[in-house]
Amino acid sequence: MADAGMISEREDGVERLRLGFWRENPILVQALGMCPVLAVSNTGVNALTMSLATTFVLLSSAIVISTIRGIIPRQVRLACFVLVIATFVTLTDMAVEAFALELHQALGAFLPLIVVNCMILSRIEIMASRQPISVAALDAIGMGAGFMLGLVTLGSLRELLGRGTLFGAQVMPDRFEPWQVMQLPGGGFFTLAALVIGFTLLDRSLKRWREVPA
Amino acid sequence: MTQELWGVFLNAALVNNFVLAYFLGICPFLGVSAKLDSAGRMGLAVTFVMLVASLCAFGINRLLGMIGAEYLSLISYIVVIASSVQLVEMFVRKTSPALFKQLGIFLPLITTNCAILAVALFQTQREYGLLEGLVFAFGAGMGFTLALVLMAGIRERLRLVDVPDVAQGMAITLVLAGILSLAFMGFAGMGASA
Repeated sequence: MADAGMISEREDGVERLRLGFWRENPILVQALGMCPVLAVSNTGVNALTMSLATTFVLLSSAIVISTIRGIIPRQVRLACFVLVIATFVTLTDMAVEAFALELHQALGAFLPLIVVNCMILSRIEIMASRQPISVAALDAIGMGAGFMLGLVTLGSLRELLGRGTLFGAQVMPDRFEPWQVMQLPGGGFFTLAALVIGFTLLDRSLKRWREVPA
Repeated sequence: MTQELWGVFLNAALVNNFVLAYFLGICPFLGVSAKLDSAGRMGLAVTFVMLVASLCAFGINRLLGMIGAEYLSLISYIVVIASSVQLVEMFVRKTSPALFKQLGIFLPLITTNCAILAVALFQTQREYGLLEGLVFAFGAGMGFTLALVLMAGIRERLRLVDVPDVAQGMAITLVLAGILSLAFMGFAGMGASA
């Protein structure tokens, strides 16, 4: 992660997108921004809403910060970042409350908690405050997509095994006995652990597979 | 009254433990909890800042309620928490250099701990009064400390164990957290009045 800030400005935008989605995946590799995330991963819909909200906040704050990066004094930069992020989070919170009240109640205090999502602050600090708008925006989209990949997989798995449904629709046969533990907080930890292990294994075998023909 | 407060405390510390039931403050939980003594100190520092944050949030809610600007609450919380952490840091450095040295880097890092902001948010959402809010913050802090210390203890033992290669690091910590969280489910039903 340390060398991510040193890349040249001309670096390929597509590469930025891919980095965030896979090799520097915020949830499965960097373990960032877990706090307000695991709590809402009990169903696919909650997970999707949360990751969309987080991506929106990340993208808009990255664009704003990158635009004004020349005039932010270094000493108070963290306070400035947090202010911009908090503004967008408030906007998102209000929008969700206005358009989907039920969802807003399900997510509770976890939507405003996006403010302290360390993933957002670290992307702003590493990328948006040093790079031009286009690079910062692409990075934000890539990270957001990676975040969504991790969170939605987690949420769908927990919902599928814990309730037998997927995004609210019954998928499992009637005889399927839901695994109660998947809906409990402990299940969230276990599922994430399994995902991390799975991701590591998959990534390793992909690398090996790529190396063989070369 | 006393019983109600006890319920609030138990609920925050054990039944709905911030780390193990709400997944709050996971970052320091996974990051800092490798050593037993630093885990304890971190927990105490967080508890202290939680109390300050609870007090501030109560004041902010009153003030914003008066001028009818509740939509500013989130921004105010985060700014006030950040600056109060800074103030606390300066105060501790002047009055007790020994304690300051002990807390070290933990103090400034606490600003980005989601558990702190969550105390302010939950307290507002559940409409706790001043006293209830403080008890809630104290309970949450104690629960956080307990989880952190337990985890650190287990991880110190873990160093002697042969963990499979792929599960090293984060995965094994998450599995441990899951088991701890299941164990804490045993407290469900205690202090349920809150």
